[in-house]
Amino acid sequence: MSDTATTAPDMLKQQPGGAMRFYGIWLIAGIALIVLPLIFSSGSALTSFSLIGIAIIFALSYNILLGQTGLLSFGHAVHYGLGGFLAVHVMNAVANDNLPIPLPVIPLVGGIGGLAFAILVGWVMTKRAGTVFAMISLGIGELVASSSLILRSVFGGESGITTDRTALPHMFGWTFGPQIQVYYLIAFWVMVSAIAMYALTRTPLGRICNAVRDNPERVEFIGYDPHVVRYLAYGFAGFFAGFAGGLTGINFEIANSAYLGATQSGFVLFAAFIGGTAYFFGPILGAIIVTYLQLGLTNVTTVWQLYFGIIFIAIVMFAPGGVAGILMRHRPLIRAKALGMVIPSYLVAAIPTLALVLGVILSIETVARYTAGEGESNIVNLLGIPFDTTTAATWVVAAVLVVGGFLVARMTWRRIAEAWDRAATVARDRGHLA
Amino acid sequence: MTAAIEIKAVQKHFGNVAIIRDLNLSVAKGERHAIIGPNGAGKSTTFNLISGHIKPSSGEIRLNGDLVSGLRPFEINRRGLSRSFQVTNVFARMTVWENVRCAVLWGTGQRYAFWKNVDHLTEVRERTAEILEDIHLSHRRDVPAGLLTYAEQRELEIGITIAGGANVIMLDEPTAGMSHAETERAVALIRRLTEGRTLVIVEHDMSVVFGLADRISVLVYGNIIASGTPEEIRGNPKVREAYLGEETH
Repeated sequence: MSDTATTAPDMLKQQPGGAMRFYGIWLIAGIALIVLPLIFSSGSALTSFSLIGIAIIFALSYNILLGQTGLLSFGHAVHYGLGGFLAVHVMNAVANDNLPIPLPVIPLVGGIGGLAFAILVGWVMTKRAGTVFAMISLGIGELVASSSLILRSVFGGESGITTDRTALPHMFGWTFGPQIQVYYLIAFWVMVSAIAMYALTRTPLGRICNAVRDNPERVEFIGYDPHVVRYLAYGFAGFFAGFAGGLTGINFEIANSAYLGATQSGFVLFAAFIGGTAYFFGPILGAIIVTYLQLGLTNVTTVWQLYFGIIFIAIVMFAPGGVAGILMRHRPLIRAKALGMVIPSYLVAAIPTLALVLGVILSIETVARYTAGEGESNIVNLLGIPFDTTTAATWVVAAVLVVGGFLVARMTWRRIAEAWDRAATVARDRGHLA
Repeated sequence: MTAAIEIKAVQKHFGNVAIIRDLNLSVAKGERHAIIGPNGAGKSTTFNLISGHIKPSSGEIRLNGDLVSGLRPFEINRRGLSRSFQVTNVFARMTVWENVRCAVLWGTGQRYAFWKNVDHLTEVRERTAEILEDIHLSHRRDVPAGLLTYAEQRELEIGITIAGGANVIMLDEPTAGMSHAETERAVALIRRLTEGRTLVIVEHDMSVVFGLADRISVLVYGNIIASGTPEEIRGNPKVREAYLGEETH
């Protein structure tokens, strides 16, 4: 489980082309952000990209805590939400008083909001890591979320606080009315904050955060106070979460109590964990996957949260390193040119695994629609095949797919494990695996 | 000249149990001082007391003349004392290079800097490379510490301990569990790396103790029953009776 943050500079030292490859990744990411809306220019695509961008910043900020410093927070959305509220209030103040503050700097206001609250509660919270920190974060999360419904003048109660992003001074002639302009604003800040958060991992503080994650006791004996280290990390995480919240305020032109709640805190935990916390880019993948699933699944099924839960449990159980962990496990195989030894076993396993997944989906949907009662369609459309949930045949097909798929898939999974052992041996022999 | 470590009338109770009863110990600057004693004598507790891992119930501990009893471990470390652990205590998911570099950071004045690129700090890089060279782990620099062999982890443990540049080094059973060849290597390493510094070592292997130490203190049931040169300790009847007799035959 090596830390990605170490790979880049090692790459720089080992290969002459490493520096170019390293900066190339950022360059490609930047170009992708610019080009994406030109390829997918529909309104819904732009909305999705905007949300994904914000989710990326939010998930990266969360990983400063979880992946970098080893702090499991159940209330990270507090900073996101408070950043969002502060941003919206400042936007309204700027519009009312004609202050010379253009919209693009508003996310910084959100960041300051998230940071301020982190400074306020962080010192007590970060005294201990582990369960104590997790429990306090849960408590603070609930506290702030419930306060937001009580303090109506600040949080606007159920309906929240609305704003108008176009009422702020324009910049470069952009009104920020059209979604495409908001997208580019978000894309710009995604790039800047991702680079900033990456750079943070490359500083003395960033390295000591890792040390605190691995072994806080030992850190005390190399001159550092783990409490201070955790507090600083918490401040940075709070800042970037608030920053993401500020962008959300701009994007939706509203801040409401849902931003601060447990659901939002759970979302960012999901994103970071599914993506993989051991690598810097893990939460980026996670944010993309989770946001995309959330947007996509809500359109096709009413029980999308159930799928979310299943995916999360599957990752925790079978791939605790997340998607990034799975990808990075293949790196030594690629270097040792041994990837070809495992690919066939993947292809073989794909078919029964897919059958199993389809069986699970069909079972869930059938049960969900069958029990939903009147008003719900009885037809489940799977791969273009309509299944009537009231017929026995559907139930039988679902059961056969689940049971049969599982039995066959289990055999093919064993073959993957065997192929992996062989490939790993080759990689080890060629010196690409420790 | 003030002593590197001066312990006066230190007691440590856990509840009603007195682990350290009346500890008095003085370690001169530049001395290699070994603490020996039977299991449960309080050797590790003594280490924990000096390094701030636990606080004494009463008494005082001075480091280079400054009162340090009651301070936190990192405060004591910043005053120039660094210790290793009996059970390997490294940063398992970080590479060997990262492990040593983290230990170099405070000593080179980086503090909690979040505005500097750690790879661009020349002094840090050179010191880290030097220490890796010293502990013979340069060829393993990119391996996560958790994947090192046991002997390598012990060497890394020593590397982390000396990396900060402390002038008082405390090693808790550095050769425990090592083979003869590994022990010899480790002793040579310790001798070389603690040149010009004060060393306090807890060790069970008597060949290591008598080969390395300038002075030896014998700890039995939380009391130092004897303190002196290896010859004095060897000839001390109290020591022979209490401890050494059974161990050296």
